[in-house]
Amino acid sequence: MDSARLVYMANQIARNFAAQGEDAAIAATAQHIRDFWDPRMKAAILAADLSGLEPIARIALAQLKT
Amino acid sequence: MGYERQADFGTPAVQSDEAVTLRIDGRDVTVPAGTSVMRAAAECGGSIPSLCATDSVKAFGSCRMCLVEIEGRRGTPASCTTPVEPGMVVQTQTPLLQKLRKGVMELYISDHPLDCLTCSANNDCELQDTAAEVGLRDVRYGYAGENHLGLEADTSNPYFDFDPSKCIACSRCVRACDEVQGTLALAMDGRGFASTISAGQAGDDFLSSECVSCGACVQACPTATLQEKAVKEIGKPERAVITTCAYCGVGCTFRAEMRGEQLVRMVPWKDGKANRGHSCVKGRFAWGYANHQDRITEPMIRDSIEDPWRVVSWDEAFAHTASRLNAIKAEYGARALGGITSSRCTNEETFLVQKLVRAGFGSNNVDTCARVCHSPTGYGLKTTFGTSAGTQDFDSVMDSDVILVIGANPTDAHPVFASRMKRRLRQGAKLIVIDPRRIDLVRSPHVQAAHHLPLQPGTNVAVLTAMAHVIVTEGLADEVFIRERCDWDEYQDWARFVSDQKHSPEVLEAVTRVPAAELRGAARLFATGGNGAIYYGLGVTEHSQGSSTVMAIANLAMVTGNIGRRGVGVNPLRGQNNVQGACDMGSFPHELSGYRHISDTATRGLFEQDWGVTLDAEPGLRIPNMLDAALDGSFRAIYVQGEDILQSDPNTHHVAAGLKAMDLVIVHDLFLNETANYAHVFLPGSTFLEKNGTFTNAERRIQLVRKVMEPANGLEDWQVTQELACAMGLDWNYQHPSEIMDEIARLTPTFAGVSFERLDREGSLQWPVNDRAPDGSPIMHVDGFVRGKGKFVVTDYVPTDERTGPRFPLLLTTGRILSQYNVGAQTRRTANTVWHDEDLLEIHPTDAENRGLKTGDWVRLASRTGETTLRAEVTERVAPGVVYTTFHHPATQANVVTTEFSDWATNCPEYKVTAVQVTPSNGPTEWQESYASWSEKSRRIAAEPAE
Repeated sequence: MDSARLVYMANQIARNFAAQGEDAAIAATAQHIRDFWDPRMKAAILAADLSGLEPIARIALAQLKT
Repeated sequence: MGYERQADFGTPAVQSDEAVTLRIDGRDVTVPAGTSVMRAAAECGGSIPSLCATDSVKAFGSCRMCLVEIEGRRGTPASCTTPVEPGMVVQTQTPLLQKLRKGVMELYISDHPLDCLTCSANNDCELQDTAAEVGLRDVRYGYAGENHLGLEADTSNPYFDFDPSKCIACSRCVRACDEVQGTLALAMDGRGFASTISAGQAGDDFLSSECVSCGACVQACPTATLQEKAVKEIGKPERAVITTCAYCGVGCTFRAEMRGEQLVRMVPWKDGKANRGHSCVKGRFAWGYANHQDRITEPMIRDSIEDPWRVVSWDEAFAHTASRLNAIKAEYGARALGGITSSRCTNEETFLVQKLVRAGFGSNNVDTCARVCHSPTGYGLKTTFGTSAGTQDFDSVMDSDVILVIGANPTDAHPVFASRMKRRLRQGAKLIVIDPRRIDLVRSPHVQAAHHLPLQPGTNVAVLTAMAHVIVTEGLADEVFIRERCDWDEYQDWARFVSDQKHSPEVLEAVTRVPAAELRGAARLFATGGNGAIYYGLGVTEHSQGSSTVMAIANLAMVTGNIGRRGVGVNPLRGQNNVQGACDMGSFPHELSGYRHISDTATRGLFEQDWGVTLDAEPGLRIPNMLDAALDGSFRAIYVQGEDILQSDPNTHHVAAGLKAMDLVIVHDLFLNETANYAHVFLPGSTFLEKNGTFTNAERRIQLVRKVMEPANGLEDWQVTQELACAMGLDWNYQHPSEIMDEIARLTPTFAGVSFERLDREGSLQWPVNDRAPDGSPIMHVDGFVRGKGKFVVTDYVPTDERTGPRFPLLLTTGRILSQYNVGAQTRRTANTVWHDEDLLEIHPTDAENRGLKTGDWVRLASRTGETTLRAEVTERVAPGVVYTTFHHPATQANVVTTEFSDWATNCPEYKVTAVQVTPSNGPTEWQESYASWSEKSRRIAAEPAE
């Protein structure tokens, strides 16, 4: 999977949850990816260079790893 | 059933709590107060002759045939315009009445050609019937005087003729156009003897007039004056079958009127609860594609997309396809396979395709074309209300006081419902339109929007948040409703958010380009105008914030208390006939039927037990993700039923690359569509006329689709999927789609009470149908939201990443028009092309002048993704800076230009916002020429080997 596209998608999700406050946005972003992304997409983004991720998305993905 | 005309009660039904009993011809009859004597007589089995009365339009009282005698009253009043009264005693058949009626009839016949034996309406003509009913035996007046018999017929419309020589000037057509359709295209021109029906302005014929060819006039005509060409060509139907239209999400029911195996005409069914006896040009007339020469009726396979197709037997097709699927699964794993269900197919077919993917392929890589239209509706309404569907039935609009239409163009895309909406607007309901284009509803005969907010494309959330700001900060919120029905804490958080000054109309005007005062006026009207109903379409969903906009709409309905009763609600207007059903049936990769997440162990367990397989607990790929995964080699095979993703999905180049990268593309369709250019297996499909099943319309109404003729390919679509499943080793043995529905009902709580037997008996059911709602649910969330408390969701405006700039200064938005449907696969193969035979680019006069363009010029439409050419139409319907086109024609391929930006929550493509440049052009682009050449090559079918 194109990791740049996945990073873009994760950031877009996080940006739309951001107005709910940081903690809620992190949890919602993680849950959204858990609920709607295919396993290969999750695996691909977790293995990718995450420097392009915005803070909420980065923390959310860290939660997904655990 | 055999053929008989639909019952006609003469005047419309009346709703009243008060009952009136009267005596007609010695029989007591009780009817609602306000009912006409004519209707009361018809309801007790009587028959009063009439010519100008029909129960789809108001009484007119002009023909003088329906005269009656009423005890204690002088004269012989017209029964159609006389309301019933308690104790009234009516005689409908007396010597005096017979004499009067015969005299009137004689006058009608004296100016009517007596060519009954050769007339196309012979034996199906109300004038003929009435003449017989009154006992007319001779006519004293000859044809020597002035008459209308020599008037020339207007044959300009492709589907029906207008023969004024047979017209009796009853005005039923004019009134049907006014009252039923609401277009007001017809008028009675002239007075007295000179009275003639006129379409449009002087000099117009039916084709050039504003007539939208809905057929209401044809249906209302009591003679052969307005009649379908098909009846003239084929003859009178001999049987009729009730079935459901396969075009838009309104779900009109029709009588398919047949002669043998030949369809003569589709006549809207008066008892249809979605359409109430009305139709549009597509459903009523545009069914000729079913017999079009392009139709493929035999299976075909090929090893490479460079090869010509090879016609094979069904057995060979199933064996070959199953073998290839099993081989790919063995080599690359189950997650390398997937499928796409179709919103044009039945619930049963859709359910089987997703079952094949989950239980046969072994993955959850199933998606549906709702991905590219209403997937944000599913997400947004489930999040806020708890269920992924609209809240009302269509009849509800007749109780609305304020109607807000956002991102929808009902007169073009949902015309039959639009007629109902316009009727309510003519009665005085107020209209708010939020749309970048000045759609017809903004101003049309007897309809004018109180507010039109012509927002900048991509700013829906900002506009709705600004409306919420006005409502909350001006104290217009319905706090009683909110405290009782919604989560109060979440409301307070949301109210704080929208109250921020940065969300005021004045601040956001710079972004939305909507004048703040106009927006404030619209917000106040919606909050204070009485029952407020919101109708929306793809102008809401097909954005990078499609899901946010749906939730903002839900917020607006909740904050004003407009949920849970008639006249209010949130109403997604579904594009295709079975979008709602396809979503209900578990077509999305993350959920099983009834919108239950695949990760839910208990739900998954139900299906595993019923199907005898273990299901993958992880969500599968969405359509755009499938294409991405194909390019990285992890997705290798796809089964596409009734969908043309190459033409309908964004960024055509990317779709083509994804399809080309796959080892096996199976297309199951009526025609060799654009996707089939990249396919290795073609399984011929059956039309809605050739199959049994159900469709679910936009109001959650489940209706039967009944087979009226045998499938041209020999198999209904559900049978094709079943045979493929069996060839892969699955043990499926459905004998009839009703058995599939039984399985759906067994596994889906919202469908628990649905069966074919019940649908056949009751006509339709609106889900949920279960123990809590045994007769279905016309209105949702009546006593509480499905999720418990309504959830206010903070929806911040996040601008799209698609930006205009010096290279691409204009915003393109796409949509569809009345006469064409989606990718045009059906409507392009009908006479509807007379109205629209190519996609056009609408451009504002200012933008056109800056580029030296005029209407009819070829223009190059270019974006960061691609370019195409088409002709320009200069119009003020679009705002400066905005251009618009349709995507009905593969020669244009509008989606070459659209981008892969998509909704953040669902990946629904952002079709409505593409930055483009428009420049003069002198012909097709290089890509258009190369694609046309490729397409022709790919569609070759090898000649059968000589015996």
